[in-house]
Amino acid sequence: MKWESVIGLEVHTQLLTASKIFSGASAMYGSEPNTQACAVDIALPGVLPVMNVEAARMAVKLGLVIGAEINRHSVFARKNYFYPDLPKGYQISQYELPIVKNGYIDIEVNGTKKKIGITRAHLEEDAGKSLHEDFHGLSGIDLNRAGTPLLEIVSEPDMRSAAEAVAYLKKLHELVRYLEICDGNMQEGSFRCDANVSVRPKGQETFGTRAELKNINSFKFIEKAIEFEIERQIDVLESGGEVVQETRLYDPDKGETRPLRGKEEAHDYRYFPDPDLPPLELDEAFIEAVRQTLPELPDAKRARIKRDYKLSDYDAGVLTATAKMADYYERAVKESKSDPKLVANWIIGDLSAYLNKENLSIEHSAVSATKFAGLMKNIDDGTLSVKTGKQALELLWKGEGADVTDESAAAESVIVKFDLAQIGDTTKLEQVIDKVLAASGAQVQQYRSGQEKVFGYFVGQVMKATGGKANPKQVNEILKKKLNG
Amino acid sequence: MGPEAVINKSLAELSRALQTEETSSVDLTRAFLDRVDNGQGLNAFITVDGDRALEQASAADARIARGDAGPLTGIPLAHKDIFCTKGLLTTCGSKILSNFIAPYNATVIERFNQAGAVILGKTNMDEFAMGSSNETSYFGAVENPWDRACVPGGSSGGSAAAVAARLTPAATGTDTGGSIRQPAAFCGITGLKPSYGRVSRYGMVAFASSLDQGGALTHSAEDAAYLLSVMAGFDPRDSTSIDRPVDDYVGRLEQDISGLTIGLPRQFFGEGLDPEVGQRVEAAIEEYKRLGVKAVDVDMPNCSLAVPCYYVLGPAEASSNLARYDGVRYGYRAPEYTDLIDMYKKTRSQGFGAEVKRRILIGTYVLSAGYYDAYYLKALKLRRLIAQEFQQAFQVCDLIVGPTTPTTAFKLGAKVDDPIAMYLNDIYTIPANLSGLPGISIPAGFDDAGHPIGLQLIGGYFAEARLLNMAHHYQRVTDWHKQTPAGCA
Repeated sequence: MKWESVIGLEVHTQLLTASKIFSGASAMYGSEPNTQACAVDIALPGVLPVMNVEAARMAVKLGLVIGAEINRHSVFARKNYFYPDLPKGYQISQYELPIVKNGYIDIEVNGTKKKIGITRAHLEEDAGKSLHEDFHGLSGIDLNRAGTPLLEIVSEPDMRSAAEAVAYLKKLHELVRYLEICDGNMQEGSFRCDANVSVRPKGQETFGTRAELKNINSFKFIEKAIEFEIERQIDVLESGGEVVQETRLYDPDKGETRPLRGKEEAHDYRYFPDPDLPPLELDEAFIEAVRQTLPELPDAKRARIKRDYKLSDYDAGVLTATAKMADYYERAVKESKSDPKLVANWIIGDLSAYLNKENLSIEHSAVSATKFAGLMKNIDDGTLSVKTGKQALELLWKGEGADVTDESAAAESVIVKFDLAQIGDTTKLEQVIDKVLAASGAQVQQYRSGQEKVFGYFVGQVMKATGGKANPKQVNEILKKKLNG
Repeated sequence: MGPEAVINKSLAELSRALQTEETSSVDLTRAFLDRVDNGQGLNAFITVDGDRALEQASAADARIARGDAGPLTGIPLAHKDIFCTKGLLTTCGSKILSNFIAPYNATVIERFNQAGAVILGKTNMDEFAMGSSNETSYFGAVENPWDRACVPGGSSGGSAAAVAARLTPAATGTDTGGSIRQPAAFCGITGLKPSYGRVSRYGMVAFASSLDQGGALTHSAEDAAYLLSVMAGFDPRDSTSIDRPVDDYVGRLEQDISGLTIGLPRQFFGEGLDPEVGQRVEAAIEEYKRLGVKAVDVDMPNCSLAVPCYYVLGPAEASSNLARYDGVRYGYRAPEYTDLIDMYKKTRSQGFGAEVKRRILIGTYVLSAGYYDAYYLKALKLRRLIAQEFQQAFQVCDLIVGPTTPTTAFKLGAKVDDPIAMYLNDIYTIPANLSGLPGISIPAGFDDAGHPIGLQLIGGYFAEARLLNMAHHYQRVTDWHKQTPAGCA
């Protein structure tokens, strides 16, 4: 039998607000346990939530760029359950009326375009963390994360393969980072994904029984977890069994999914509207103001950069992976007035190598866009060769030229200090070339008798004599003139 | 002024005496602390911190000397133990919070502190404000100063008894279904529940968030006006508090009331109303007519369904609000348990009393899948209908008037085993909570047994000034509110 898999994703994105969604405590990641939990976050008797409008603004941002409806009236509800890292005994979330509904994202897999529906995106608060190690059989509770704003983005079950799921997820990931509403850090859990996976015989209308996969914190694992789960379900069905509706955890070490250990209690969350929070009412002016802050979106930026700078799909893709990367590139081109393709090559090649080595994103580059532009200018006008250009970049990366106040002059200062400039002085080059030709009588004879491939030999000799600093273009010209003349 | 002279004075009179330095806050505070100490045996207080009170009092005296005093500077007040008071035990009448020292002040407490009032202590109450007799308190029942065998009402029973017995000039309370007005009626004092959203709920331990409202228990409407002037106002920390100006409650007390119309809901005078209570309420209405007020009958059929409606919505919210008392972060935790679930079960089984458990169970039930629509949603609809009924009534009258309670104070223990009978005590007070309207109970006489009778006035949204004004005019021509229980003068 032919099987078809059906996948829907629920993505929890931590919003980049300065404070929590219902309290004034800082929402920063990575502080000492329980140092960022105020009275509201630890649910002392008598405390009350106050909505952080910034979180709504961020939700609306996403809603607008996925072509969704923004609910002018959305409602916070309480999801009731007991857990030690859930201080109030309920999570404030949106249930019946979410802030965003009915949007979509376009994806492309192997050249085929597809629209993935987004059912809803709703605001809610994150829980704290339970820590089970280092407490001698007890559990520790860290409530720093409690109350951090989340936007839960729920897709339609529109994906039919792990590859589509990953494409959707990457698209969404890129979008929230472009919008600067989420840092997208999957390791730290600020972009978390649960996958609902089911299979059905191809052609069947109704969905099969689904399993919910949790605990997947990288694109690679998402793909593997879904692929494993699809195979597992097909095996179960083909051997006459039935898929059980359950939550399964992905184990990246074993590359498999398995049922959540322990008996899973049937939860009745007893949702009801939170009486402490009035409905969230958004007017046109609010939404319009958010619309004004929308940045250029990835697809549009990619198309424009490809067109304006005459780049390949690949180059444009890499240079627009993040908005910061694209900004860096465009600044470097503009400030250096250099060949856009040259700048693209250097960013994608050498600069990225340095960034990757130190695991830095472009906005944390040791060489700023302005310094980099200075470097590009000197390569573009022939002052630096590829080889000395690489040297100059390395020196800049290591902090040389940092003392120059005018960043655009940093590259030049490094070139002077380390004597990296190519010899562009024609008289000087002619002297060197004359010497080389005088010492290579046999080769000159060969060349003049028609064996033009020895030309490379002369170039090599000139380079050797100048320590690689001769401007190759000029060397070519002078050599040709002298040999042919 | 000697201690005997101060304890029978109204808050307004004490305020004037402080301003003219006829007495000092320290003397006043000491006089009331002595009365609290020698006990009266009422069990009205859970916590008294005399040293702290006297410190606040001397600070208030310094403020008065500097000429930097407001009307409440130096006035000792008792607070229902539902308001978080920084550094003081805040138990909410429950074992589960019996060791909870609040690390912050409720907005109401903060406002009184800024006004320079003195915290005499924290008063006894029904556990988590769930009760109409103060008998559900973990710290024991409170006695009614008018009849020690009777309940003071609840849930603000400690506050009401303390004011009635002159243990404090005035007290705060909270009212979710009548918890200020009913004990005020039972104890022969004035009890004001403001409109929902008028007084911040921040730091007020939640029972039913959409119904809870802080208010005042005092000797007179005038005193209540002074308290409300400090308590009322927008609080950005409470999203349900309303951002609108606070009226001049004291300044408007004397405003003319002739020509106003009171509405008498038929449903408040029917079956279940004790005839003696009915007669006193009728007499009060006659008094109002003599003051130039007109009376019309109004029909509010849905109000008779207020009790069942309330006992769905209140418990639903309570079941969720009380989930935080799980033994994990603060409060009582069972001494022995085997695992997490066992810790939850034992902590909550041991930490909550029977009435609280009953309401958590009811609330959990009505919110459960399959029952939500039939109970919770239906009750919400009914709530809207009741609120509409009031708005219709206010088309033909300015205020609603009727009894506060169907009967006067009942015997301690009489209704403990009959929750329904207990719940019906709040039949006339609950509609104002469901509608978010302000209500006040004022003394209107006594029954043959000498138990006080309360008259209730309910106003439109944010009509507190009008309510106090109406109550004040009645108190100018009557002296029910000036009566003192035997042995308490």
